[in-house]
Amino acid sequence: MSIFDYTLKEIQAKLHNKELTVTDLVAASYDQIDRVEEELKSFITLNKEAALAQAKQLDQETNDTNNPLFGIPVGIKDNVLTKGLKTTGASKMLSNFDDPLFDATVVEKLNDAKTVMIGKLNMDEFAMGSSTENSAFSTTHNPWNIDYVPGGSSGGSAAAVAGREVFFSLGSDTGGSIRGPSSYCGVVGMKPTYGLVSRFGVIAFASSLDQVGTITKTVEDNAHVLQAIAGQDPMDQTTVAVDVPNYQDTLKDGVKGLKIAVPKEFLAEGVSEEVKQSVLDALKVYEDLGATWEEVTLPHSKYAVAAYYIISSGEASANLARFDGIRYGHRSENATDMIDLFKKSRSEGFGAEVKRRIMFGTLTQSAGYYDDYYHKAQQARRLIKADFDQLFEKYDVVIGPTTPTTAFKIGEQIDDSLTMYANDLLTIPVNLAGVPAISIPSGFSAETGLPFGLQIIGKHFAEDTVFRTAYAFEQATDHHTKRPNLGGAK
Amino acid sequence: MNFETIIGLEVHVELKTNSKIFSPSPNHFGAKPNENVNPIDLAYPGVLPQLNEEAINFAMKAAMALNCEIATHQRFDRKNYFYPDNPKAYQITQDAQPIGSNGWIDIEVDGKTKRIGITRIHMEEDAGKLIHSDDGYSLVDYNRAGTPLVEIVSEPDIRSPEEAYAYLEKLRNIIQFTGVSDVKMEEGSLRCDANISLRPIGQEKFGTKAELKNLNSFSFVQKGLEFEEKRQREVLLAGGEILQETRRYDEQTRETVLMRIKEGADDYRYFPEPDLMPLYIDEAWKERIRAEIPELPDARKKRYIEEYKLPAYDAMVLTSTKEMSDFFEATIEAEADIKQASNWLMGEVSAYMNKEQKDLSELALTPAGLAKMINLINDGTLSSKMAKKVFAELVENGGDPEKIIKEKGLVQISDEGQLTDIITKILDANEQSIEDFKNGKDRALGFLVGQVMKETKGQANPPMVNKILLAEMKKR
Amino acid sequence: MAKVTKDQVKKIADVARLDINEEETEVLVQQLSDMLSYADVLKDLDTEGVEPLYQVHEHTNVLRKDEPRQWITQDEALKNATIKKDGQFQVPSILE
Ligand SMILES: [Mg+2]
Ligand SMILES: [Zn+2]
Repeated sequence: MSIFDYTLKEIQAKLHNKELTVTDLVAASYDQIDRVEEELKSFITLNKEAALAQAKQLDQETNDTNNPLFGIPVGIKDNVLTKGLKTTGASKMLSNFDDPLFDATVVEKLNDAKTVMIGKLNMDEFAMGSSTENSAFSTTHNPWNIDYVPGGSSGGSAAAVAGREVFFSLGSDTGGSIRGPSSYCGVVGMKPTYGLVSRFGVIAFASSLDQVGTITKTVEDNAHVLQAIAGQDPMDQTTVAVDVPNYQDTLKDGVKGLKIAVPKEFLAEGVSEEVKQSVLDALKVYEDLGATWEEVTLPHSKYAVAAYYIISSGEASANLARFDGIRYGHRSENATDMIDLFKKSRSEGFGAEVKRRIMFGTLTQSAGYYDDYYHKAQQARRLIKADFDQLFEKYDVVIGPTTPTTAFKIGEQIDDSLTMYANDLLTIPVNLAGVPAISIPSGFSAETGLPFGLQIIGKHFAEDTVFRTAYAFEQATDHHTKRPNLGGAK
Repeated sequence: MNFETIIGLEVHVELKTNSKIFSPSPNHFGAKPNENVNPIDLAYPGVLPQLNEEAINFAMKAAMALNCEIATHQRFDRKNYFYPDNPKAYQITQDAQPIGSNGWIDIEVDGKTKRIGITRIHMEEDAGKLIHSDDGYSLVDYNRAGTPLVEIVSEPDIRSPEEAYAYLEKLRNIIQFTGVSDVKMEEGSLRCDANISLRPIGQEKFGTKAELKNLNSFSFVQKGLEFEEKRQREVLLAGGEILQETRRYDEQTRETVLMRIKEGADDYRYFPEPDLMPLYIDEAWKERIRAEIPELPDARKKRYIEEYKLPAYDAMVLTSTKEMSDFFEATIEAEADIKQASNWLMGEVSAYMNKEQKDLSELALTPAGLAKMINLINDGTLSSKMAKKVFAELVENGGDPEKIIKEKGLVQISDEGQLTDIITKILDANEQSIEDFKNGKDRALGFLVGQVMKETKGQANPPMVNKILLAEMKKR
Repeated sequence: MAKVTKDQVKKIADVARLDINEEETEVLVQQLSDMLSYADVLKDLDTEGVEPLYQVHEHTNVLRKDEPRQWITQDEALKNATIKKDGQFQVPSILE
């Protein structure tokens, strides 16, 4: 057993008993990184010197046993700003963004909880993608089989947790960017309710959809981490004033009497047979635990992907317009005048996928297109949200697969954006409705050995119900105890 | 052919909140470049706007003072365009749901009152400042980026450059009274763009309009419009066509110069700002703000004429700024005579302000000091000549008029016995003058008064000197 | 048939301040056309009378108190800029 197999609570006990030190934890992270990073390429930037110094300092302090995050090595997706530590968004545009000047609110909260920052994790450029192949720096590999993608855009965040390079990580999820990679990498990934976690300091992709979330090896750990980063933030006026419940209070309450809805659209064409079967197997587990399920419909879900690409690209085209090379970021040396400086800096700094989305977003917000596309997509969003609202009047959770298939091979879809976009078919409606959803390991493909992910969706701010449902399944199965074989990991 | 001129004005007014509209950076004029900025103003990746409550209150006050309807449901939109002074490459503004609409103000031109409609007033953020240097580069200072603004768009109701001037004066006057802005064009806290077109008299359809920019004073607005009116008339009379142009006013040549020709409407791709929640302004909020608006210039002017019986001209001058009006009312409050308070403010006080190029607030003079001085004149303690000396001291250094009088030995001699003694002595020494006066030479009286003043170093009460002189001469 | 033309793609690139060469233009004509065709599924959706939903939560009046705070220094403001002068950001001159 490696120390990566302990839960956060177990680690706290060991720190308390002096069986372990924070330095041991941090050293274990960097040791593992030394072993596997060449295969995985999860990181863009490492923070080794500062992390070891911080560990030393934390070892002088007495840890508060009520704080499960004390001294825990963490990796952060590289679209989350860290004061004094380079933040790139995996874009050439920000390859020189050495000091973002401030910490994102979620980083501030983790600092307050005394976690140790191991490094910044790879992703698709500006979170646009489903494979982490769109990073300007490197492609991250799936820890279960390095010929496969880890999913995206938080591919580095999921691979680093699955590959035991960090104890947990933060990602961001706009259309599935936490849940997709968590499914592909066999870890637990939570996309909270829109407005539960501050976006301040998180490089915006699509403002009305982006949400920071947590990637861990277990559901219990996930609830601990979300607890630490959730809550209203005056710096993000879209965060909501809700009392965040203590997720541990109800985590182990079981699912007896739980009403599960299974949308038939989530088990329809495009979803692979083995994935469907994995969901039916999971439902069987829930039945055995005393829950009931019914097939339902999300009648507007077929419009979700189109609505999502219009809305997210539209918002992104404005959000990424600030990258002009003047105040920070890549500045072209070949420009002749002001407009040329804008154009060359942006064209040299952005990769193809980012440019494509900026173009699509600009087009669909233009006069003559706005009404048929942008406006219409926002109408579709209302209908999609209403579908979920209706289900949650009768059911506690909605369950389905996280992704239509297990991970695909690196390079397999990179030239076909529409196929690539379809990987997010089952995660996108959740972002449009703003509801919370988790992906948990639910088995492995007999064919490829790659993990399946089960998606559990709750109503707004019902993260406690989602965690409880996820925990019951996790405890009743042993999928989460499986570990990928990498670089001779202990 | 005769033409009718159609003018519409777009005025931007900076609101003087303590902090910016979407960030906590200090909001004040005159800091070092890029000193009043933070990552939000610089549009760093990951930053989000945080709407300032007071900016809404100030904008609402301005909108109400301009007789606008206040929208209950409001939201912000993104207006997309690239420019180095626009750090996010979008401006957060109110496109679809502005704070105010359907307002108006009354202006007066040639003694006639005319109502000019206000289409809308909306909140938005200001851009940074570009300083052009001649080395082929420009420099950007983002201190101003994020200053709260209201944009006030008039109806095309203005029919002459003169009316445009009157509209701007009135607009500035009203906003200044509300206290939400300094409205100083020279500091950029009030800025104006003008749209102007001509149409043949009798034609309903508007002609193609030109937009004038770089108008740095009210008189440049008027001059620019006058030039443009003439230019367009000449083009039309020559059978030419007016293009939809943006033109710049050149202060040196006093001409308008073409900046660019617009091809169709600009497409700013407005869309609702997802980072800010919408506003719901209920009646209670509206009423709270309405109650904070002070009495506005028109109402005050009317009251001065009706209650204080002041001439219309005096009432207008006294309400030309809030400081003047407030000073005037405080002076009356301190029990000064209304007409005299008005005369001093419009006369000596205004003359001093002009000469020294100072605002009323920069003078040492207080309403209490002015009132006391006026009362000392009325009870005969001060002659008008001495009053000028007291005023000079009050306006420079302030203080108590009575103390000043004592310190400078300015007390008027009004003691009848003391004056009679002096006059008797002077009459004794000037028999010839008495003779001359009795023979009808009025000049003799003046000479005698002069002698008394000389003897008393100018401190004798002049009306009393006259009275006693006449009485004493009669006795002889 | 392509749903967007080459000229449109060039115009959009100009609006978005992107420099694209001939080859990229051709590719984008195809890709944007495909994406638009895909998005046209929305044409089947009857949205008569449906209010657009721009944000999933519809609460109002989230506001900040008007309290100024100095956050960074002038040096920090300029720290990540590559070209600066006299406390300001330097850009090619704007001629208008
Ligand atoms: Mg305007
Ligand atoms: Zn404006």
